[in-house]
Amino acid sequence: MGGLVYYSSRSGNTHRFVTRLGIAAARIPISPGDPMPAPSQPFVLVLPTYADGEGRGAVPKQVIRFLNDPDRRQKLRGVIAAGNRNFGTTFALAGDVVAQKCAVPVLYRFELAGSETDLARVTEGLDRFWKAQLSTVI
Amino acid sequence: MKDLAPHRAVPRAINWNRLQDDKDLEIWNRLTVNFWLPEKMPLSNDIQSWSHLTEQEQTLTIRVFTGLTLLDTIQNSVGAPALMADAVTPHEEAVLTNIAFMEAVHARSYSSIFSTLCSTREVDEAFRWSEENPHLQRKSRLILDEYDATANPLRRKVASVFLESFLFYSGFYLPMHWSSRARLTNTADLIRLIIRDEAVHGYYIGYKFQRAMERLTEAERAEIKDFAFALLFDLYEIESRYTESLYDPLGLTEDVKNFLHYNANKALQNLGFEGLFPDELCRVNPAIMAALSPNADENHDFFSGSGSSYVIGKAVATEDEDWDF
Repeated sequence: MGGLVYYSSRSGNTHRFVTRLGIAAARIPISPGDPMPAPSQPFVLVLPTYADGEGRGAVPKQVIRFLNDPDRRQKLRGVIAAGNRNFGTTFALAGDVVAQKCAVPVLYRFELAGSETDLARVTEGLDRFWKAQLSTVI
Repeated sequence: MKDLAPHRAVPRAINWNRLQDDKDLEIWNRLTVNFWLPEKMPLSNDIQSWSHLTEQEQTLTIRVFTGLTLLDTIQNSVGAPALMADAVTPHEEAVLTNIAFMEAVHARSYSSIFSTLCSTREVDEAFRWSEENPHLQRKSRLILDEYDATANPLRRKVASVFLESFLFYSGFYLPMHWSSRARLTNTADLIRLIIRDEAVHGYYIGYKFQRAMERLTEAERAEIKDFAFALLFDLYEIESRYTESLYDPLGLTEDVKNFLHYNANKALQNLGFEGLFPDELCRVNPAIMAALSPNADENHDFFSGSGSSYVIGKAVATEDEDWDF
């Protein structure tokens, strides 16, 4: 089983989603002064989207700083993105941006703090994803 | 005479370089970048499409839009100003002035649609209808009572988030429905801008609500939560009747109600609460979902083995100076 790293702003939607998943996860700090998590194994990133109407600024700055470090970045295997469908075409756009920058798949999208269905799909999906990853490595 | 009036304190000049809460600037930037005006939308391209709706469909559409106009009017003239008095930072107050103004733009934009597509007589009749419609009046009354009567800023925020993130959706459903059938597509583009704005408003007011909740005792928090769920129940009852009265003739009521459940849960999440309606009651018609967020179809799910994973909506999104790879 790989790891989980997430970012959540003080509105806490992504934090509530990850907490309800019940999987151990490291949080990227809100404050730029605080230390970044240092994942020792491959991980999936969960992040919210903050795009404007043109899609700019979709990925939170702290997530960009986290991924700017090559050691951390090379352990990233996939992205799960949160957002709100009210934002139309930029819904969960942060996932697409990170996927493109880091050449990893967007595994799933959900809205705000997610629904029960989202939790079940992500729990099961992550399980299958890591098993598949492991069998590829071996 | 004027000496008898108490002097208001001179406010401190607002300094945007000294923030107590980073969210204020983040939301200010988001709202100002997203600013728009209805005059920029090519609504007249919908004239032909409008003429293809039946008289019944036209009447329904005008009525739904007057209902939305009323909510925007309340939020512009009462809701956002009432929240301003509760602001805990000067920047929050400034953000609320933006929210208040955009609500006026939203209310104004329905009249732009009317003047483009409808006759004065039809529109006057619909505004009269909105003044007499018991459901519309009752939900407005419930919200206004919270804005006016209570000395509790948290209850005002709850009412405001329910207006922004729940009450609009019985109305927003219809232009999304028309859009999914390639009708009134320019009108739908305008409504999508309103939907986007309301999402930021609901998110921000909900965020401020959560901050305020942190300062309360456990017992006080429980009391506010009970209040919130009770108010949602009351509003949902009214919304159900309103929905039936509007959409029964078109056979769309059940579809609209699923959309209401889905949005009620999102309103609760904006307040930091868990959803109320189970997922099986929130299965929104995929055509409505697609109308809401084109390009973001639900099947785009790597876990279930469907959809490609590297599709990106807008190239501009990857251009951020902070990336250094």
